[in-house]
Amino acid sequence: MKPLVLSFALMTASPLVVNAAPIAIINARIETAGPLGSIRQGTLVMDKGRIVAVGSGVTVPADAQIIDAKGKVVTPGLILASTSLGISEIEQVPSTRDDGAGGQIGAAFNPAAGVDPDAPSIGLARLNGSTRAFLTPVAGRGGNGAHAHDDSAFQTAGGHEEEDPTLFAGQSIGISLAAGAPDMVFKSNAGMVLEFGETAAAAAGGSRGASLIILKQVLADVRHFIANRAAYDRGEGRELLARRLDLEALIPVVQGKTPLLVRVSSANDIRQILKLAREEKLLVVLEGAEEGWRVAKDIAAQNIPVMIDAQAALPSSFETLGTHLGNAAALNAAGVKVSIMGSRDYNNLRQSRMNAGTAVAHGLPYQAALASITLNPAKIWGVDKDLGSLEPGKIADVVVWTGDPMEGQSYPSAVYIGGVSQALTSRSTELATRYKPRADGSARPAYRN
Amino acid sequence: MGVNLAQITPRASVLILALACVSIFATGCSTTGSSFSVQASTSKSKAEALPKPKVVAKPIAKGLDSNGSLDPFSSTYKPLPSVTTAIVGATILTAAGQEIEGGSVVFSDGKIVAVGKDIAIPEGAKWIDGKAKFVTPGLIDIHSHLGVYPSPGVQANSDGNEATDPNTAEVWAEHSVWPQDPGFNRAREGGVTSLQILPGSANLFGGRSVTLKNVPATTIQGMKFPGAPYGLKMACGENPKRVYGSRTRAPSTRMGNIAVARRAWIDAADYNRKWAEYRAKANAGKADGDPPKRDLKLETLAGVLNGDILVQNHCYRADEMALMIDMAKEFGYKITTFHHASEAYKLAPALREADICAATWADWQGFKMESLDGIAENAGIVQAYGACAIIHSDDPTMIQHLNQEAALAMGAAARAGIPVSRLEAIKWITANPARAMGIGNKTGTIEVGKMADIVVWDADPFSTFALAQTVFVDGGIAYDRADPATHARSDFDLGRPSLEAKP
Repeated sequence: MKPLVLSFALMTASPLVVNAAPIAIINARIETAGPLGSIRQGTLVMDKGRIVAVGSGVTVPADAQIIDAKGKVVTPGLILASTSLGISEIEQVPSTRDDGAGGQIGAAFNPAAGVDPDAPSIGLARLNGSTRAFLTPVAGRGGNGAHAHDDSAFQTAGGHEEEDPTLFAGQSIGISLAAGAPDMVFKSNAGMVLEFGETAAAAAGGSRGASLIILKQVLADVRHFIANRAAYDRGEGRELLARRLDLEALIPVVQGKTPLLVRVSSANDIRQILKLAREEKLLVVLEGAEEGWRVAKDIAAQNIPVMIDAQAALPSSFETLGTHLGNAAALNAAGVKVSIMGSRDYNNLRQSRMNAGTAVAHGLPYQAALASITLNPAKIWGVDKDLGSLEPGKIADVVVWTGDPMEGQSYPSAVYIGGVSQALTSRSTELATRYKPRADGSARPAYRN
Repeated sequence: MGVNLAQITPRASVLILALACVSIFATGCSTTGSSFSVQASTSKSKAEALPKPKVVAKPIAKGLDSNGSLDPFSSTYKPLPSVTTAIVGATILTAAGQEIEGGSVVFSDGKIVAVGKDIAIPEGAKWIDGKAKFVTPGLIDIHSHLGVYPSPGVQANSDGNEATDPNTAEVWAEHSVWPQDPGFNRAREGGVTSLQILPGSANLFGGRSVTLKNVPATTIQGMKFPGAPYGLKMACGENPKRVYGSRTRAPSTRMGNIAVARRAWIDAADYNRKWAEYRAKANAGKADGDPPKRDLKLETLAGVLNGDILVQNHCYRADEMALMIDMAKEFGYKITTFHHASEAYKLAPALREADICAATWADWQGFKMESLDGIAENAGIVQAYGACAIIHSDDPTMIQHLNQEAALAMGAAARAGIPVSRLEAIKWITANPARAMGIGNKTGTIEVGKMADIVVWDADPFSTFALAQTVFVDGGIAYDRADPATHARSDFDLGRPSLEAKP
């Protein structure tokens, strides 16, 4: 996609009501997550939805609305790298879930139609400083999160027994979390999601080897389809494993134009995927990669980025025995571009910033941790020309925090998406306001309105 | 303590001993084995002198006596080796209402012997420099499924829900706990020194909990917290009605939940009465026949009615918590803690009134209808009304970061204009769960006489960047980040290349 077209899409996904006057945030510690680094005390100016100046010696425009952020920290809006936000509201209420297509459709599945702009979880995500999210479908895997919460695990510790998953879960899309935008999608077909390892083995009849054979066959089919489309339409040529819709959806993947996000865990499975990426010349991103640290050099050598849950520390399955809290630091040290996710659990929207802090405690440099929840996801999904860091010219997704964004006690005191100030309310804050004690310590009488 | 009748062999003395025990049972029968042996010798001589008596009551074999004070799977826990230790010049959060800057704590023989700013350090004590460090009580998780849902999460080791009947009060979590769950070690690295392992919430009565000291052991008995009372896991709401409703049996609705539970309490009261009558008769020498049949299910429920077993009640919604409180009043038992308690903030004054703790998360919410109104302000609002708040995990990962979860709840409370100091918030993960697990007189605070369950942190424990440096359990070093020799590895971890190497 051409940068110009992309930029237009980014802008239109935000409400068009942008502040008439420039906004200047002054006296703040500014963590730009970009080349400007960390500014101990500086000013950020945004105008017409874009950042126009960042630095310590910035002149505040005469007509600017001034926000004094003394003692506060300013960061780029956080980007949720891989989530079901907005397409899965209540895990155990299937009618609120649009995060997977089950066995009906594989690669062709596009979750865009299921994105609910009115979902309360979107407001909650803003309250945690998130301004953009990349939605990545799930392939029949039970639940929506990595947590084996006992509520959803009566018979097994691992999750639901569901129908057989597909290998390809579908396409990822980028959404803006700005309030009031009827169409939140700003980036369509950002990538393709593929399961590998235990889930893919289950989809292929029980073994990894079988899933790899099917996978390679499907990729060969796509190439054959590209070369013989007319024959295919005439009903001629050899039989293809995948359906037409799925073949179409995989074209940019085999052409190396859009990333293939591969959910994979063990070192051995990662090696298989690295080999596949070389052989098929695919633009691969790894998600999960619990044992990534064991093959960090190999991953770095192929310039493949990873998305990890940095608080993962348990051998929760036989493909994640080597899970280690030092994963993020080791991958980063090897030169791998690391993006830190929350657990996939949309109920843990705060988790990516906390996980970044946990990674710092276990050796990841602070700036790398900051980039892992801002600039790196923007780079991985190909939107870093406009998003992910505080730089003049970029879209004004800006968060003012009461303290360090990786601290649990910190929260945003202001959130701007595309330069537009967002209300810091949600169902949660409304409930808290209704039930917290009044000034005299008493409770409100039963609700009346 | 258990009374070991099997040690007494002569038949006649068994008879009289049994009667003696029954009389003691009537007053609680918490007699130790040693005091019993004194009675045995006197009884024996009497028995020899008496004419052959008519059998008025059969002796009750240990396993057939429905006595809550019997302890068939008793703790074999042994504290780790320890030396007299002084942590000097640290910021100490006692969880007993104090924050002591430049404070010191001394412990010896597993107990805290001194804490304060200007205290004498005993000669020969091992010094730990507390400069720039924080010291807290060992963290306590009141809601864990470690061992019953261990890692790796495979069907073969999935032992947390006996989901075969809505009332399985007869099952005990300690019979499911796999002591080799690597999760215990990760939790210890996060500062957790004691934890309550609960059965799952598929059933209205899920079974007995077990409280553990978080030390490596090859048997569950080796981890059991000596003297900790049992808990009974109860559940209201969606889970029981979903599990059994889907099998077309009761309960399939919330009203079914309550009906089935009430029936169980009536049965338990009846069971209690039968045993009390039998014991009264036996005590008076008038027992004429067999004792009532021991029933493990009813015995656990009776233990609740007698106040020996603490009710740990999984319940999300405020309206359902209010119903559970009324049911407890109806049958005369006490609820100790509501677990998850997503809507505790809607009921906080009533919880304070009933002296019930709310154990919850920060903002883990919305995964099911009954958790839809979960808010991160929950603990803060409960605290603001003066009720007892607890942060729990219910999760093998979150248990490693209870301090972070508490910090999130603090942040939300501050945002709502009801800030909670770390002086108070530390109680959410130490003193309050200890109290709600019935071990608050033994651990959970840094006070003289308490168990030396202590964590030394390298920063404010409510910081995401803080790590537990040293974890003491009963004064012994259970984990020292700087000393690999203390980094416990489960048997499961051995011989696996993926776990041998380190990044």
